Amino acid sequence: MKFGVVVFPGSNCDDDMMHVLGTVMEQETVKLWHKDDRLAGFDTGDCIVLPGGFSYGDYLRSGAIARFSPIMNAVVEFAGSGGMVWGICNGFQILCESGLLPGVLLPNSGQKFICKNVHLSVTSTQSPITAELKAGQVLKIPIAHADGRFYADDQTMAELRANDQILFKYCDEAGAVIDSANPNGSLDAIAGICNRQRNVFGMMPHPERAAEPILGNADGRLMFESLLASVSAV
Amino acid sequence: MKFKAEIDIMPHKELLDPQGKTVANNMEHVHIYGIQDVRIGKHISMNLEAASESEAREVVETACKKILANLIMETYTFELAAAE
Repeated sequence: MKFGVVVFPGSNCDDDMMHVLGTVMEQETVKLWHKDDRLAGFDTGDCIVLPGGFSYGDYLRSGAIARFSPIMNAVVEFAGSGGMVWGICNGFQILCESGLLPGVLLPNSGQKFICKNVHLSVTSTQSPITAELKAGQVLKIPIAHADGRFYADDQTMAELRANDQILFKYCDEAGAVIDSANPNGSLDAIAGICNRQRNVFGMMPHPERAAEPILGNADGRLMFESLLASVSAV
Repeated sequence: MKFKAEIDIMPHKELLDPQGKTVANNMEHVHIYGIQDVRIGKHISMNLEAASESEAREVVETACKKILANLIMETYTFELAAAE
C-alpha cells in the first residue's frame, strides 16, 4: 500500500503525516504537490491524504480555494475509481468543499480556535479507518480548528444516518455523546464521516498527532492500523 | 463592455452566526443599545468585462455558485452596473 500526502500552500500537518505513515507505520509515502495534475503510480489499493493546515490562508472559506488546485481533479477521479482519500481537519474541509463528502464545516459555535484533546466515540465500523475498532469505543484525539462545526441539511443528515456514514461523534471520557462534550457545535456531534461508497473519509480531529507513546497518546495509531489491516484483508 | 459587480454573501438565516452573535453581545460594552440581531457576511466587489449585461450577469452567477458562496451554508445577492 502506498500513501500520497498532498501539500497545498498553507498545509502544516503534512510533515506530521509523513512521519507517522513513513516512519511510525513504515509505509511507502510520498509528498504530492498541489500543482500536479495527476496521481502517477497510485492505484485503487492506495490512499491519498489531505492533511491539516490553512490552505490558501483559509481565504474565502476553509478549503474553498484548495478544492480548485490542479491535483484535486485527479483526487476526485481517483476517489471515483475506488481509491481511498482521507482528509483530516483542513483536508476534511477541502473534501466537503469539493463535494467528495457531503455537508460543510462552519465556524465553531464559540467563535474561538480550539486546540485540545477531545474524546471520540466510534459510531460506524464500516470504513477502512474504523473497521478494526469497536462501535462505541472511545478514543482520545486532539483537535485544532476554528471551522469545525459540521452542518448539513435535514435530508443529507437523514442519508448520513441511514447509510451509516457517521464514523465518529464527540463524546465525554466515558463515551456519552452529550452537548457539553461537543466542542464546536457540530450537528449530531459529528466529528468524522465517510462517503456512501466508504472510500472517502474526513474528520476534524488529528490522529497523526496522537500515534506514538512518546507523545503520551497513541490512540490515533489505531486508525492507521485499521486502514492497513483493511487493505491487506482485501 | 465593462461592468462592476457588488456581491453580498450571507450565512443562511437558520444557521447560528457566532461572529454576529459575539458582536451583538458586545455592543453594550461600547454603550450602543437596542441592537438585537447582527449577522455578518462578506461583500465582494469585482470588475469584469463581458459582451452584454446578460452575459456579465451569467458570469457573476456562475462565480457565486461555483466558488464565492457555498450554498449549503450561504446565500448570495448581487448588483451589476456598467462601469467606466
